[in-house]
Amino acid sequence: MNLTNLIRIALKALSNNKMRGFLTMLGIIIGVASVITMLAIGEGSKGSIQSSISEMGSNLIMIQPGGDDERRGPGGVSRSAASMETLKMADYESLLNESKYLAAVTPSVNSSGQLIYGANNTSSTVYGVSPDYLTINSRAVDDGMMFSEQEISSAAKVCIIGTTVAEKLFTNGEDPVGKVVRFNKIPFQIIGVLKSKGYNSMGMDQDDLVLAPFTTIQKRVLAITHLQGMNASAIDESYTQQAIAEITEILRRNHKLKASDSDDFEIMSMDEILSTMDSVMSMLTLLLGSVAGISLIVGGIGIMNIMYVSVTERTKEIGLRMSIGAKGRDILAQFLIEAIMISITGGIIGVIIGAILAYLAGMLVGFSATIQPWTVGLAFSVCTFTGVFFGWYPAKKAAQLDPIEAIRYE
Amino acid sequence: MKEIIRLENISRDFVMGEETVHALRNVSFTIHEGEFVTIMGTSGSGKSTLLNTLGCLDTPTGGEYYLDGVSVRTMGKNDRATLRNQKIGFVFQSYNLLAKTTAVENVELPLMYNSAYSASARKQKATKALIEVGLGDRLNHKSNQMSGGQMQRVAIARALVNDPAMILADEATGNLDTRTSYEILVLFQRLHAEGRTIIFVTHNPEIANYCSRNILLRDGRVVSDTMNNNIKSAAEVLAALPKNDD
Repeated sequence: MNLTNLIRIALKALSNNKMRGFLTMLGIIIGVASVITMLAIGEGSKGSIQSSISEMGSNLIMIQPGGDDERRGPGGVSRSAASMETLKMADYESLLNESKYLAAVTPSVNSSGQLIYGANNTSSTVYGVSPDYLTINSRAVDDGMMFSEQEISSAAKVCIIGTTVAEKLFTNGEDPVGKVVRFNKIPFQIIGVLKSKGYNSMGMDQDDLVLAPFTTIQKRVLAITHLQGMNASAIDESYTQQAIAEITEILRRNHKLKASDSDDFEIMSMDEILSTMDSVMSMLTLLLGSVAGISLIVGGIGIMNIMYVSVTERTKEIGLRMSIGAKGRDILAQFLIEAIMISITGGIIGVIIGAILAYLAGMLVGFSATIQPWTVGLAFSVCTFTGVFFGWYPAKKAAQLDPIEAIRYE
Repeated sequence: MKEIIRLENISRDFVMGEETVHALRNVSFTIHEGEFVTIMGTSGSGKSTLLNTLGCLDTPTGGEYYLDGVSVRTMGKNDRATLRNQKIGFVFQSYNLLAKTTAVENVELPLMYNSAYSASARKQKATKALIEVGLGDRLNHKSNQMSGGQMQRVAIARALVNDPAMILADEATGNLDTRTSYEILVLFQRLHAEGRTIIFVTHNPEIANYCSRNILLRDGRVVSDTMNNNIKSAAEVLAALPKNDD
């Protein structure tokens, strides 16, 4: 008996029991749809976190004071004041002059507070940086200009503001460049406005900031000599690891650390953050997927159950088919094809519903849920497998019926 | 005349626990092409076992069975299935049509298991068989839209569709009222007149009057095998029956 006839027979049998077929299929539909949706949501949120991290500059390297030891104090709060002051100006200069793998490096000191211009005020954060900040964070000055090395050495009271700050302080559309704002009672002349970058995908306003020479913030605002941190970028993303090794080496030498001493600073690269996030998200996706996968197995058991009932119910039909010439393998094939058809049709509907759900969920949460081709492929192969696996036993039972008994079965 | 069936000392034993039941004991007879034979017997006479054996559903424990010249005794399951498909047309007491399926589709069924037939050839043969049994106007009626007599005609058409060497009917009139029974008998007599070989297994002695030969079984043995030289016409009896009200 050829396959076309078998498929015809299976289709006929299914169409004779549409409601039952649909209900059986429902288990598979729900299973596949939830697998597809969960994986798409997982992939989508992974993608959105990745893009928000790389918005911050994908080859960004952050250097912070305080080693692992201090960070791991009881309750995680025992960072001593001294451990926070391990990064000095000398470290910055060493990195600036000696490193081969760094394209740019900037110190980072910051202070939050009120900015006042005339009757307007806004609270924001002033970052004390070097001009390299723009390169590292991929920013640009839209209007006016960045401060120079000379303004850094003189600790000039100049600043660059973000567009959000500009909008809040200059409400009647004046040009902010050249105006003087007060921060902590210190007057700063605005010499430029940053090009707007909007909100990042974590919902942080990237234009709500003020940049000033780090020397100005150190001396005039915070009255400190150490650095709160440094940011750098490798000459290329692929050199991040070398750059980190180099920074470690320079800083350890500067800090006169013995081989047995642990680092009194911490270096994080976006790469590392990214891969940590990635593995966390993959874990989560896997978890969601396997929970959804369980419903697929339940759906498969539903198929098995129904096929079993079907074989018993159609014993007489099986007897007839056998008496007019159906071989055992024809009967086996017929029931197996029925099971596979239920599961594959369910699979197709499930993929479609899953895609719609993923799209809706994406719209609701605000990121694009990505359906990857392999998840669809996976869903289909799992469906076919489910059909064969759970259809086999009932089909085998049908094929092994004795035609003499089957034809007289009531 | 060509031999369709030759049984040589057929026996069939069933082992039930410690006991052995001899359902058939040394049954031998030959049926030629064009015969209309009844096999009669009370229940327990071995009638059903003989039917299963003749229908290649079961194999005998001893003896030889030749169907259309082919020895069946040593055949495997699959070969017997093929043999049934090509040489035998079954007609059952309870019709055994597929539910919610049209007459044509039901009749096509045996051809579905024979890859020699294309879809169009199947349909053509099925239609021809249905016209032959007088259901040319009900080709696409579903089995649940038909009367018992019509369903049995569909079943007979299904038995004819593969041009079998013999038609094996098992109490084919058992579920029908008197009038419809005669209608079916008229059909069988017509098929017989056309030269087909028919074996009719029944416990109803009346049927014997309309057949060319009667074989009587008792306790697994053939107790009489007589030719009927005075075949009654089912059509005449049918004409004499009072018409149904509906």
